Amino acid sequence: MSAPAKIRNWLDERFGWDQLMAFVRHKTVPTHRFSYFYFLGGMTLFLFGLQVVTGILLLMYYRPTPDGAFESVQYIMTQVPFGWLIRSIHSWGANAMILTAIAHMFSVFFLKSYRKPRELTWLSGMILLFLVLAFGFSGYLLPWNMLSLFATKVGTNMAAQVPLLGHWILVFLRGGPDVTGATLTRFFGFHVAVLPGLATLLIGLHLLLVQRFGMSVPPTVEAEWKVDPSKVQELRFFPNFFLRELMAWYIALAALGALAAFRPWELGQKADLFASAPAGIRPEWYFMFMFQTLRFLPAKVGPFAGDLVGVLGFGAAALVWTCLPFFDNDKRGRGKRWIAGAGVFALTYFVGATAYAYLVAR
Amino acid sequence: MVLGMNTRASDRSPNRRSFLELFLGTGIVASLISFIYPVLRYIIPPKQAELGANLVLAGHVGELKPNSGKIFRFGSRPALLVLTADGKYHALSAVCTHLGCTVQYRPDLHLVWCPCHNGKYSVDGANISGPPPRPLQEFEVILKGNDIYAQRSQNS
Repeated sequence: MSAPAKIRNWLDERFGWDQLMAFVRHKTVPTHRFSYFYFLGGMTLFLFGLQVVTGILLLMYYRPTPDGAFESVQYIMTQVPFGWLIRSIHSWGANAMILTAIAHMFSVFFLKSYRKPRELTWLSGMILLFLVLAFGFSGYLLPWNMLSLFATKVGTNMAAQVPLLGHWILVFLRGGPDVTGATLTRFFGFHVAVLPGLATLLIGLHLLLVQRFGMSVPPTVEAEWKVDPSKVQELRFFPNFFLRELMAWYIALAALGALAAFRPWELGQKADLFASAPAGIRPEWYFMFMFQTLRFLPAKVGPFAGDLVGVLGFGAAALVWTCLPFFDNDKRGRGKRWIAGAGVFALTYFVGATAYAYLVAR
Repeated sequence: MVLGMNTRASDRSPNRRSFLELFLGTGIVASLISFIYPVLRYIIPPKQAELGANLVLAGHVGELKPNSGKIFRFGSRPALLVLTADGKYHALSAVCTHLGCTVQYRPDLHLVWCPCHNGKYSVDGANISGPPPRPLQEFEVILKGNDIYAQRSQNS
């Protein structure tokens, strides 16, 4: 017996290697006019992996204290060989990951991939999206600059609007009543320990569910295939689909490298706890629609404070959105119309409010 | 066998069994609370004494031009000293009552402005436009020689 065959044999006797490989060999991906959307989940996974790698590299120099954070990022950007590249890829990659995660969510939504039995896949994906946003929010503070300081003040203050628990949540997030060095320490802990642990668990669950049920075929395509089964087309996952996905990852990495080189991520001004918020302050683009909504809301909406209405409104909307698959139990498997309408509204509001914030309300 | 014995035991004395279950159950719940409580207490930081009491030096006469403002420290929080165009000093908390950004004086508007969500206050702290729900806390301005002090009013 040759050496590789011996190793294979050894592995097979211990955890059923051949069985595992048989699963990989038989796994297929449906091919139809919407197949390109199947790449978005894998792309988000790749970008997450890239964040883990670049994040670990940044940890070699980063110091999570109010006196050292800004200076250490400055050191990474200016002194450490290729530090600018690693840090810029981490920042651009974070934005790209949030973009692909949001695109993945909307594509799953509009292709109705969340239908029974995939409700739990949707649910785990939504929690992952919230975790990704939490990654973005906590990571934003770590360079300890003016923009991140005020974004954190506003963001944590929004959490304080939650009835009853609000103040407790605020103190828990900030490590005190105000945003200080204690907040930086906490956010660092969330960003590099708590969130990665939770995300890894949930990604495992999410992928397990995807493997268990296979790729969902959109209802319209499914109906066509039912009428004419000869139209059913599938691609082998390994190597055919996998190699295509790999190519997309390659292109994404090249794009991030180019962005890092031509548009290195800015560092801004060091945070000053006793300075006015700079004019033109705004959050990252993925929180822009919320930011714009808060600007729209007056001090009082009826008997309630405007910010309370805003925060509770977003909380309620997020909850309903997360639970939509459980309402979409249409017998014909086409999905209910109002749910598709809610999706169009959500996407339009997200894009519209974001565009308004950038183009009109500058 | 073990199962059989248990069944017989529960047949004979249901009271003893439910007592044991209750005993075990409360024991487990109590021990869980004893694990969780210290963790919950740990993540809420201890309260720190507010620094700087009720009277702080906000600036000096001549430091500000008319129709301008500056940030000074009031304890652990920022505050704003404004000299209006007609030569009157105002001292205010600089923490926006909307979502806690630090406000600034806008000479072009003659107003206190929060850049985060475009909230506006008059120089005496009244919220006049935008999302802020409450006025800014106003401090009493005390002039002592060349020094300008801000004092928290007794009832706030």
